[in-house]
Formats: sequence, structure tokens, C-alpha cells
Amino acid sequence: MSLEVRRTDEGLELELTGEWVAQRVPAIESGLAAVDLAAARQVSIATQRLSALDLSGAWALRQLLSRARAAGVAVSFRGPPPDQLRLLEEILADTSPAGASAASGPPARQPLTAIGRNAVLAGRDLLQGLAFVGRASTTLLRGLARPRRLRPISIARHVYDTGLTAVPIVALIAFLISVIIAYMSAKQLRGLGADIYVVDLVAIGVLRELGVLLTSIIVAGRSGSAFAAELGSMRLNEEVDALIATGVDPFEVLVLPRVLGLTIALPLLTIIADLTGLTGGALLCRYLLDMPLTQYASRVTEAIASTTFWVGLVKAPVFAVLIALAGCYRGLQVRESARELGRLVTVAVVQAIFCVILADALFAVLFMEMDV
Amino acid sequence: MLQVQGLVNRFGTQVVHDGLDMEVRADEVFGIVGGSGAGKSVLLRTILGLQRPIAGVVRIDGGDITRMSGAQLRSVKAHYGVTFQAGALYTGLTVLQNVQLPMIEHLELERSALQELALLRIRLVGLPAEAARKYPAELSGGMVKRAALARALALDPRLLFLDEPTSGLDPVSAAAFDELVLYLQKQLRLTIVMITHDLDSIFRTCNRVGVIVDGRMESDTLQRIVDHPHPWIRAYFHGERARARRGAAHGA
Repeated sequence: MSLEVRRTDEGLELELTGEWVAQRVPAIESGLAAVDLAAARQVSIATQRLSALDLSGAWALRQLLSRARAAGVAVSFRGPPPDQLRLLEEILADTSPAGASAASGPPARQPLTAIGRNAVLAGRDLLQGLAFVGRASTTLLRGLARPRRLRPISIARHVYDTGLTAVPIVALIAFLISVIIAYMSAKQLRGLGADIYVVDLVAIGVLRELGVLLTSIIVAGRSGSAFAAELGSMRLNEEVDALIATGVDPFEVLVLPRVLGLTIALPLLTIIADLTGLTGGALLCRYLLDMPLTQYASRVTEAIASTTFWVGLVKAPVFAVLIALAGCYRGLQVRESARELGRLVTVAVVQAIFCVILADALFAVLFMEMDV
Repeated sequence: MLQVQGLVNRFGTQVVHDGLDMEVRADEVFGIVGGSGAGKSVLLRTILGLQRPIAGVVRIDGGDITRMSGAQLRSVKAHYGVTFQAGALYTGLTVLQNVQLPMIEHLELERSALQELALLRIRLVGLPAEAARKYPAELSGGMVKRAALARALALDPRLLFLDEPTSGLDPVSAAAFDELVLYLQKQLRLTIVMITHDLDSIFRTCNRVGVIVDGRMESDTLQRIVDHPHPWIRAYFHGERARARRGAAHGA
């Protein structure tokens, strides 16, 4: 118990007991809430039996005092009022309305304003994105004139980070996907006695579309997020500002090596995905369809045109640029908070994957028009 | 209040603490001083239970935190407050929410009480009420330190750890911050453990000082530690900067 209440002729006698500390505030508050001030004309408070009173405890006591004052009840202390109460009054002396407005938070947005605001923000975001691409391109052109400024060592590091370390996962996924296609199509085509076309499906599917597309999606998840997180935490740490302040262009040392590194790594990864994809198809044909490997090989060469492999591969550098730009752009947008970092890394990955698939769709139309 | 006995911390072959003893008494401001890499931060991290020592005992209010279970440690943590060197405010939350977070975790308060108690802390450290709504990124360096202090005071601790509270502040703000620390120490009867490099700050606020040298701690009252014979301590308190400071103090 934190409180003893006695009724006398004039009013209430409150005896505060035990520890009035932050940990006990909920109990104290419920104790105080039970005190019925209505019938009382005056309240006398004794604090001698308190074993501890901290600021939160004093605040709870003050709540009681202001409640009493509002009810027109006179309050007196038996003995001197506690020091903490005086400190509290001192702190709260300059009660300004700002304190109240601090409570109310931002004003609720009207739906119409929200639509307008979002439209403006989206437009501005698009413009900034274009500006970013523009700056990256001009930095590249300047770099081409003086190749040493392209930071070959840094590019090599990014080829390693985004390419070499991704080989196992890319190979595994390409292998599994080709097994899935082969298995799925074998079931359908066997009914028609057209088993042999399983090879066509695997070869063309993997080389033209799936090899590069899946690799790009994996890389967007792995490296797009890494770019955004790396640059984002550099921003939070003011490292980017430090670079700019020393007269180093962050596009030159941060953005461009990542874009170029990924542009080299992604086609290489795509080739690996193509190879393991074809291997997966071969194994499945060998063991599921009892097709000799020599027959598989000759069927693959028959199925694909001379362009099939290149049609897939040519997309890789384009996807790489999209992924790297999305990651770097969002990373450099991070400001102020860890939450912002998380949000923008998410945005980077989602947009990278979206851009890759959109670009792939455009490529599909383009290649159909070109008849390759 | 706080005792550390025979503390040993090692990273690989590098010995940081080699039998360090330290005692902080109730109601004092205890300064921890030491060269860069002497192990001030490791000591603080050990005391806070962020890191287990290889050997030694850390007692806070009598209980040895190196042998505590997670739940016990949690209840001890509700009894002390900490400010970190760079503030370590949660960047995604406003100042008000930063102060409220420990309260929400440890106390079961109603919304309105939470709000008022948090605002009270914010005013207590001398921040304007408008600052409550701001995010850490919108605050100046001095305000970040104050907001961190408000958060450290959220649960009305008896023990407060301050890691380099005045680093990065201009001398005027640093002096004002020291004043605030002293004011709070007196008014709230706090025991304060302060890691600092700032000689002015030490002379203004500390009753006793512990210097970490050679993996151990030499601690004594400020007046006596100044005349300690250890070469590093002599260099620290009698170096160029210290002399300049004392000269200024005598001249004034």
C-alpha cells in the first residue's frame, strides 16, 4: 500500500507510505484515484513515513494536489512539503502552450491533400532519379577520358563482391529452375510423344529468358540491397559529406565503381547460370527421359539459333546498370534515421526488380520486332 | 553503490584490464579517466552488462551482475540510466518517444501519465518543450546530449552513467552541461559515474576520480589524484593543457 486515508470531521488525512518511485507509479495512481475528494473540505498530507520519493512519485502527488485545487479543497502538509515537489514546481514553472501542442502531433491529413502531395512527391522523385542517372552518365564520360579515374581496384572489389561470391547461389538456382522446367514439360509432352521438345524448352527458356532474369533478381536482392545499405549507412555516418568536403566526387568513388563492377559481374553470372541450367536439363533428360547425353547435346544445338545465347546475354549489362543505379540512388537518399535506411533499402530492391522485369518485357517486344 | 573487483578483460593477447578495482559511493560524482585505448569504454560496457569479463566481480546495489540471469539483469537495468558518447538516440523516434521508450518497457503507465512524465524529463534537462516533437537529426549537438540525458533519467534512476557527456560541445555548452549534471545530482540525489577527457569538466563536477593505467585503476579524491606519482597521471594533470587551465583558474 502506498497510501493510508483517514476521514476526520474537517476532511481527509492522507498518510503517504512506502516507496513513491517510478516503478510504483501505476499502483500509486490507482491508489490516488480511489481517494474521494468530493466530501472533503480540506486535505492534510503527511509524508514522514515515505521511505523514498522520486520525481515520478512527486509528479503523482502533484496530480493529486491539482485535482484537489480544482475541486476547491484546501491542501496542507503536516510538516514541510517534500523537496521534490518544489523541484517539480521549479521545472514546470514556465508552463508554455508549446508543451500542450507537443502532445498533439502532426495535423491529420486530408485525403485530397494527400493525393496531391503524393503526386508532387512522385514527380519530384522521378526528376531526381533522372538527375541521378544523368550525373552518373556524365561522371562515366569524364572517367572514360581519363581511365585511371574509373578506380579499377574498386571495380574489381565490386566484381568480386557481387559476382564471384554469388556464383554458388546463382548456379544452384539456375540448376533447380531448369530441372523444374524440364520436369514440368516432360510430363505434358510425354503424352504427345514429343519428349524431345523438353530439350528445346529448357535450352531456349534458360538461354533467352530465365538464366538472365533469375540471375538479375538474385543479384538485385543480394547486391542491390547491399549497395543501398552500404551507401545509406555511409550517409548516416556523414562519410559521404566527408568525401564531398575533401573534394572527392561520391559519384566517382562510390556510384560508378558499383555500376561498372556489377555490369561486368552480371553477364559473367548469366553465363554461369546458362551453363548450369543446361547441365540441369541434361541430367534430368538423362535420368528421367533416358535420353543419351549425346542426343541431348545435338538436340540443343538444333533447337537454338545462333542468336539465342546472345539475346539472353545482351540484357545482362542493362539489368546490371538498372540494379546498381537503383541501389546507389536509394542509398544516397538516406537521411537522418535508421528507419529511413530500412525503408530505402526495401525500395531499392523492389524498384530494381521492377525495373529489371519491365526492361525484360521491353526487350521481348524489341526482339520480336527485330525477329531474333 | 557500485563496486568492481579484480576485473580482467582480454581480447586475444591484448590485456585491457588486469585486476581492476573500482568503488563508487552513493551520492558522488566519480570521474573515469584514461588514455585512448586504456579501456574506459570496455569498463563501462562491462559494468552495463554488455560484455562479460574474463574474471572479476561487478556489483551494482550489492548484486553481482556478471552472474545474473537475463531477467535479473533487466530489473537492475531499470535502476540505472546511461548516456552514450554520441547520444545514441533512436533516430526513428522523436525526442518525446525516445524518453518514453524505457518507461513503456519498464512501467505500466497510462498514455497521459506517460506523456506528462516524459515531458517533465525533457524540461528537467533544460530542453524547450518544442524539442519534444523533433527527431534527433533536427537537434544540435548540445541538445542531443541533453535529450540523451532526459532518456537516461526516464526511470528516475539512482545511478547514472555518462560516457563523454561533454565531448563535441563548445566550452560554454560544456560548462552549461556540467552545471546541469551538478544540479540534477544535488536535486535528485544521483550517483554519477562519468567517463571524460575534459579536464574542465573533471574539475567542475567530480568528487573522486579513477584513472585507468596499466590495466588497473588508481582512484582517489580529485585533490589527491592530481598529485599521484604515476607518470601518465602526472602528464595528464600537469601537462600543457592542464597547466593552462589551472593558471586560468588561479588568475580568476
